[in-house]
Amino acid sequence: MARSTGKDAQALFHSLRSAYAATPTNLKIIDLYVVFAVSTAFIQVAYMAFVGSFPFNSFLSGVLSCIGTAVLAVCLRIQVNKENKEFKLKLESIYRHKVLSGISADAERDLPAERAFADFVLCNLVLHLVIINFLG
Amino acid sequence: MAARNLSGFLVLVLVIAICEAAFVFHPITDAHRSAALDLFTPLDGSFSSLEEAYEALRSFEILGIDKKPDIRSTTCHSVLETLGSSSSSPKDLYHALRVNGILKCEVKEELFEGIVLSLKAIVSSASSLLEFYYSIGSLALIKDQSSNANVLLSDAAGVFRSIKALSQSDGRWRYGSNNPESSTSAAGLAFKALAGVIALASSEIDQAMLGTLKNDISKLFDSVEKYDDGAFYFDEKVVEAHEHQGPLSTTASVVRGITALADVTSGNIKLPGDKILGLAKFFLGIGVPGDTKDFFNQIDSLASLENNRVSVPLILSLPATVLSLSKKDQLKVKVNTVLGSNSPPLTVKLVRASRSGSKDGSIIESQDLKFDKESDSHFLDLPKTVDVGKFVFVFEVVLHDSELEKVYATGGQTQVPVFITGFIKVENAEIAVLDSDLGSVESLKKLDFAGESIVLLSANHLQKLRLSFQLTTPLGLAFKPHQLVEKLVRLQVFLKLRHETKVDHIFVVGNSGKKFEILLDFLGLVEKFYYLSGSYDIELTVGDTVMENSFLKAIGKIELDLPEAPEKAPRPPLQPVDPYSRYGPKAEISHIFRAPEKRPPKELSLAFLGLTFVPLVGFLIGLLCLGVNFKNFPSSAVPATFAILFHLGIAAVLLLYVLFWLKLDLFTTLKVLGFLGAFLLFVGHRILSHLASSSAKLKSA
Repeated sequence: MARSTGKDAQALFHSLRSAYAATPTNLKIIDLYVVFAVSTAFIQVAYMAFVGSFPFNSFLSGVLSCIGTAVLAVCLRIQVNKENKEFKLKLESIYRHKVLSGISADAERDLPAERAFADFVLCNLVLHLVIINFLG
Repeated sequence: MAARNLSGFLVLVLVIAICEAAFVFHPITDAHRSAALDLFTPLDGSFSSLEEAYEALRSFEILGIDKKPDIRSTTCHSVLETLGSSSSSPKDLYHALRVNGILKCEVKEELFEGIVLSLKAIVSSASSLLEFYYSIGSLALIKDQSSNANVLLSDAAGVFRSIKALSQSDGRWRYGSNNPESSTSAAGLAFKALAGVIALASSEIDQAMLGTLKNDISKLFDSVEKYDDGAFYFDEKVVEAHEHQGPLSTTASVVRGITALADVTSGNIKLPGDKILGLAKFFLGIGVPGDTKDFFNQIDSLASLENNRVSVPLILSLPATVLSLSKKDQLKVKVNTVLGSNSPPLTVKLVRASRSGSKDGSIIESQDLKFDKESDSHFLDLPKTVDVGKFVFVFEVVLHDSELEKVYATGGQTQVPVFITGFIKVENAEIAVLDSDLGSVESLKKLDFAGESIVLLSANHLQKLRLSFQLTTPLGLAFKPHQLVEKLVRLQVFLKLRHETKVDHIFVVGNSGKKFEILLDFLGLVEKFYYLSGSYDIELTVGDTVMENSFLKAIGKIELDLPEAPEKAPRPPLQPVDPYSRYGPKAEISHIFRAPEKRPPKELSLAFLGLTFVPLVGFLIGLLCLGVNFKNFPSSAVPATFAILFHLGIAAVLLLYVLFWLKLDLFTTLKVLGFLGAFLLFVGHRILSHLASSSAKLKSA
């Protein structure tokens, strides 16, 4: 029973891995970035657990900076992911006027990744302005 | 309490000492000269009135001050103005002429002649004493200042009689015929005016009239008042509030009058020598007045006394009335005139010297003092038999030229109190603790006052403390209080016990024959000591005016063991707060700051700093594993430039954030961020739209 469970887990893990291998590279980069941000936040939390939260605002800034940028990265990933049909359909209404104006609807249906990236950069800059202000 | 009594007593002793010092009169010294320069200071180059100008100039002249303020031009100007004006009163003319007498302004002879005519008219019609005084005084001044003016009075006898008519039977004068009150200073003015009349008389004044005048003077001197120290002075009997003149100005007025009179009658009027000397002492006894009027009155009167032709007072003074035996001081005596100039050749005789307040015979009798030309003083070595104490020395001045004795007033014998001080030896000093019931000595210690050693004793309330010592004078006699009893100046011997809590008790050490001894029975003193056990400091004070080595010495400590205080025992008094402590520094205010938070060790924090870089490194390694490349980087020039600028812009914003963290404030940061943001927006839009279009093309293709 235990062996089969181990095998099943192994099989599950394996299938997950193979499924993930099919993910496009740019999404993998974003995933890696999220992991980087969250683990940095985790290290800071660990530091606080060890030592104490004395400069509490600094601690908050550090952790929130990481969490915030991770969330923004996740948002970026949602927008960039081509398989997110639902997200695209929603956007369709926004672009309807462009469809009416005769531009190829098919081409516009893909949200430009660059636009999402610009949002990501802008949001990160605003976030870090606040973070730096709060850092003290 | 006891301490306050003691200090009050010492003040009293000092006051008495100062009062007695005033018995010795000193002639005018440089103190007066510097005071004159301070007092008489002209405002803007001139004095407010000619009267003040005269007082200043005359004082400078008498004191022989050369460095006087230059007021000649302005003062002469107002002198000429006053003399030239027809509306000037005799008083104004009098002051102007007096100033002119000193400054010698250039006054034309015709001016004098006009003034003389109007003054003579005033003299013949005058009814009040002041009119006579000022007009006759002015005429007498013109007589000295002008060679041509005919100032002589044809009806001198008539004027003399009209002034004399104002005199009273007691020698005083009235200011006018309709003013019934008589005044002493008016008498002085009258004498001065009469002296002027005699000087201005064209014919000799009748001797009978002068005889009545002599009578007036002697009557006036009957009313002279006397101080204990031998000073004579005149004072007004009736004090009028609006015109009160103090003894100083009254006496000055009389002195000026009688000396002027004595001068013009050239010896016909005799003045009693001792009274003249007494008047001189009165003026010298004031010291240095702080008021210009008083100063002038003092100096001017002394000058008239010094320069009169009848009797010049000679003042005998001692530079020091405290003579030290241990320093072998000489007895020094100076004899000067009142203004400090040298006396004629004379011998000072010490008639006798006796202990003050005792009936024992004199210690020195009839000794002549030797004269020392260099210091211009007479001196005498004190004989060996003189012991410490307070003495009265009686001096007599004998002039070498017996003819001069008529001219100088020496005042017979002069008594001067003299202190002779010396080193008093303390002998056989011992302190002992005795048992109360038997009186047996428990512990006895010798005291040595020369050294610094202190004794340590201990006692309980059933024991007694005894302190005894002897004082011997330089001659080897016992130094006893009764030798010195003179009013309140006496030997002071006190024993002070001071507890650790600063509560102190003072005891007067009694004298029994040869010995000073005090016996403290602690049983009777327990309540006085407030039942305070513990260590007491013992201090001994021995002092006297003639004791050169008066001392206050800590002689030791005594450990007292007193019984417990009962319920109702009096509490020790609170120590008085030092009044000066109010002005002292206040206690420092310490500010309380929040204690800094506990910081972790530095290594731990640095380790975690390193740890936070681990995910970054992992991220970079992950990127390499994924095979990230820059192939998508635009290859053509313009988009590449925009791409680089875009990345530089982001880097610049991040750098700005770092600067904001380190030193900039929010407003500066936002301003710069505004520019950077606009730039970033522009280049970002260009590069990203370029990328979007190229990827769209790729897709469509």
